[in-house]
Amino acid sequence: MTTNATGPNTLGKVRQHPTQNEALVFEKSSPGKLAYKMPLLDVPAVDAAVLLGDAHRKVAAELPELSEIEIIRHFTRLSTWNYAIDLGMYPLGSCTMKYNPRVNELVARIEGLAEAHPYRPDSLAQGILEVIELLQRCLIEITGMDAITLQPAAGAHGEFTGILLVRAWHESQGNPRRKILIPDSAHGTNPATAAICGYTVENLKSNADGGIDLEALTRQVDEETAALMLTNPSTIGVFESQIHKIADILHAKGALLYMDGANMNALVGKARPGDFGVDVMHLNLHKTFSTPHGGGGPGSGPVACKAFLEPFLPLPVLVQNENGTKHWSYDRPQSIGRVRAFYGNTGMFIRALAYILANGPDGLRQTTEDAVLNANYIRTKLEDLYELPYKTASMHEVVFSDRRQAAKGVKTGDIAKRLIDYGFHPYTVSFPMIVPGAMMIEPTESESLEELDLFIEAMRSIAREVDETPELVKSAPHSTRVSRLDEVQAARKPILRWRPTETP
Amino acid sequence: MRYLPKSPAERERMLAEIGAASIDDLFAVIPAEYRHDRDLDVPRQHAESEIISYFRAAGRKNATDYASFLGAGAYRHYRPVIIDSLVQRGEFLTSYTPYQAEITQGTLQAIFEFQTMIAELTGMDVANASMYDGSTGAAEAVMMAVRVTGRHKAVVAATVHPEYREVLATYTKHQGLPETLVGYDRETGRTDLAALDAAVTEETAAVLIQSPNFFGIIEDIPAIAAIAHAKGALLIVSIAEAVSLGVVRPPVEADIVSMEAQSFGVALSYGGPFCGVIAAKEKYVRQMPGRLVGQTVDSNGYRGFVLTLATREQHIRREKATSNICTNQALVALMATIFLTVYGKEGIRELAEHNMAKADYAARTLSQVQGATQLFTGAPRFHEFVLQTEEAPAAWSQRLMDEKIVGGIELSKWYPELGNATLWCATEMITRENIDTAAKVLTAAPVEA
Repeated sequence: MTTNATGPNTLGKVRQHPTQNEALVFEKSSPGKLAYKMPLLDVPAVDAAVLLGDAHRKVAAELPELSEIEIIRHFTRLSTWNYAIDLGMYPLGSCTMKYNPRVNELVARIEGLAEAHPYRPDSLAQGILEVIELLQRCLIEITGMDAITLQPAAGAHGEFTGILLVRAWHESQGNPRRKILIPDSAHGTNPATAAICGYTVENLKSNADGGIDLEALTRQVDEETAALMLTNPSTIGVFESQIHKIADILHAKGALLYMDGANMNALVGKARPGDFGVDVMHLNLHKTFSTPHGGGGPGSGPVACKAFLEPFLPLPVLVQNENGTKHWSYDRPQSIGRVRAFYGNTGMFIRALAYILANGPDGLRQTTEDAVLNANYIRTKLEDLYELPYKTASMHEVVFSDRRQAAKGVKTGDIAKRLIDYGFHPYTVSFPMIVPGAMMIEPTESESLEELDLFIEAMRSIAREVDETPELVKSAPHSTRVSRLDEVQAARKPILRWRPTETP
Repeated sequence: MRYLPKSPAERERMLAEIGAASIDDLFAVIPAEYRHDRDLDVPRQHAESEIISYFRAAGRKNATDYASFLGAGAYRHYRPVIIDSLVQRGEFLTSYTPYQAEITQGTLQAIFEFQTMIAELTGMDVANASMYDGSTGAAEAVMMAVRVTGRHKAVVAATVHPEYREVLATYTKHQGLPETLVGYDRETGRTDLAALDAAVTEETAAVLIQSPNFFGIIEDIPAIAAIAHAKGALLIVSIAEAVSLGVVRPPVEADIVSMEAQSFGVALSYGGPFCGVIAAKEKYVRQMPGRLVGQTVDSNGYRGFVLTLATREQHIRREKATSNICTNQALVALMATIFLTVYGKEGIRELAEHNMAKADYAARTLSQVQGATQLFTGAPRFHEFVLQTEEAPAAWSQRLMDEKIVGGIELSKWYPELGNATLWCATEMITRENIDTAAKVLTAAPVEA
């Protein structure tokens, strides 16, 4: 049997994968091959076994032994098995898969920045401190908040930091409070974060429009509510137009409004959370500010807050001396403490600032407008074939449901896999949970009209296939190196590493 | 704007298709009083050449071409050229978390190789796909031990990186998880075993130590494990200098290892992005935080890889998840994987031995300086050492900087009892000349006027 057996009508975009199978790097290893050469040792060699005694390593780790060309080929071949923004549209809702500018990569590798040790004296770090200070100022302006920390390493880490700020503030008022309200449409990180910050999670049911139900909110907010964690625009891509009332209801009971900034790409330059009642929020530099996702990270999750939360920010904080130089200050008696060693994912700060400089105020606004334009264009072109569970106006992403297709036995996950055959990465499948069979599409601003039309054509074609040849969709993808993988077997008997085979 | 692939006419056409009169129609859902109608106060749009000039200037202002004896959880090692050639391939760089396995086999297989290499190096059965860094990894490891044991106290060695301990305190403060700090032996710089034995009780979930510890000393892991296990506590070993595993015996008695893998080919980058990773005994895998890649087969029986055991994770379990971590450090883990493939089985040992040789020469040379003494000589160490000087570090460090050398880091901030002690690190990037110059400058204390 071949892996690229395609059904009928696989259409123009389907293509065979160009590379052959690639073994694990360990399977390609042969003893004695080298890909390195140590420089001449200019000090006397030591006998590690003597110096370390019992602490000496007797058995070497089974690392592979290969030459340099083999390593280049191995990882280059692996790379060709990935889909990427560089290859085409990557419409994962909530993930903001936008173009990652290459100048960002270049400037992050400038020697004076890339080789800076975090403990070098502040006097030798003024260049990077200025970069950090400028990025902080830009992000404060973009969010409309008063203060910021760049220390958190990713979005969920930012949530953790933000909720700890909330907790510290409540404690300073005499009661940390007990619960955090979280809408049923929220990202899974929100409840997980509330739990590790020592809070009980109370679910808030969405209203008929998929937004916050003000009556339910009024009922549920009490003197034990620390905060509401709200994503705005929501995970169905809708702006909470009652946001000011939401903030008022919370504030009346002394509770705070936390905003998950995952969807900030819909707002930059058009609206500022600080202006509409948000007390504290995180940003994802790897979403809104173009730092690469890199197959799952690194990210960076700055937390911006209003002035009353500033005393609680993680230490150290960057402060300016009278002569204009900068240094890290540890004099923060009310700080929640550190959330990470050193100062954060600094390499991501450099990239995000490069993105802001490349855009300027006009570019940032145009970017947001294009992101919203693209999502609405897709909505207009697909809403006759795919069910739109919420008719509310879309911002930067649109969420359909598979209701019509599921009636024919084809689910959102199948349609997603079939998109792969058409040369696209799937949309986000089955999230948010308030939409059964969700198909969450976020094109970002980075797609041309031509690419959008190709995507729309693919989605429309798949809708036809669901009617005519549903099996073709249900067994997709047909064009990939591997076909659908057995996730049940992977979880039942986990094989999480390669092991050397015993030699007899 | 050069990143936006649309002409003005195309935008007009799209608006017409949507049935909107202007782009502002699409933002009408935002109440008028919250719409931002002025330009953001951020720098104007820059040309690519201007952006490069700006950051080059920042790099120069930062000062380059200094030799540095700084370590303390961030290590400067040589980074083979092919690391950046490979990780900058768009297929790795611009790909998302590999949830769609059929079109992310490249990332998935590379992570599977990473997990294998980390497990091999640390002597553990399994390793995850990465954590943010060594500090948060250590905190997550402690919380993992709490889940495994059902106990709610932690014992932490004072020789664990001080910033790791600060992060741990931030994580545990709100979980009713008290910590006991255990001091170190003033002769060896190792964790005080008698004090440790007294601190560990039947309520202790985990003992957290670091090896090589913050002073660069290798801890007596078998003895510490015996103390922890006697009371049913788990032993967590934090490793901040991953290259040490090329020559130092892996902590096989540990239950969980939390490692910072920055040393494996990751630039210092002023402290991040780095690459944490948690490795553990197989029986604890279902309590691990973070992503795991597992091997499976496709519908044709071919080998393939998927993200697995996701029922531990936040997107499935929400508030009952093992951690809130989502985004990790995947691309940095790929750097580490390539680094370990370049050095390989033999190279990682040779590299580690070069580091020991440099540090040995540096320690011997600098401790011969009049008024300087090496502390903690009673136990084996890797490539860091503690030097005590009669002269205040602030004085000689300025003289060193005049010679374009950054000396060891002052310890008094974290360990006031050590007075004028400084922590020095010599990796393979330090030359004999750097060491000899540093010794000369240290010797040349100015005569009291």
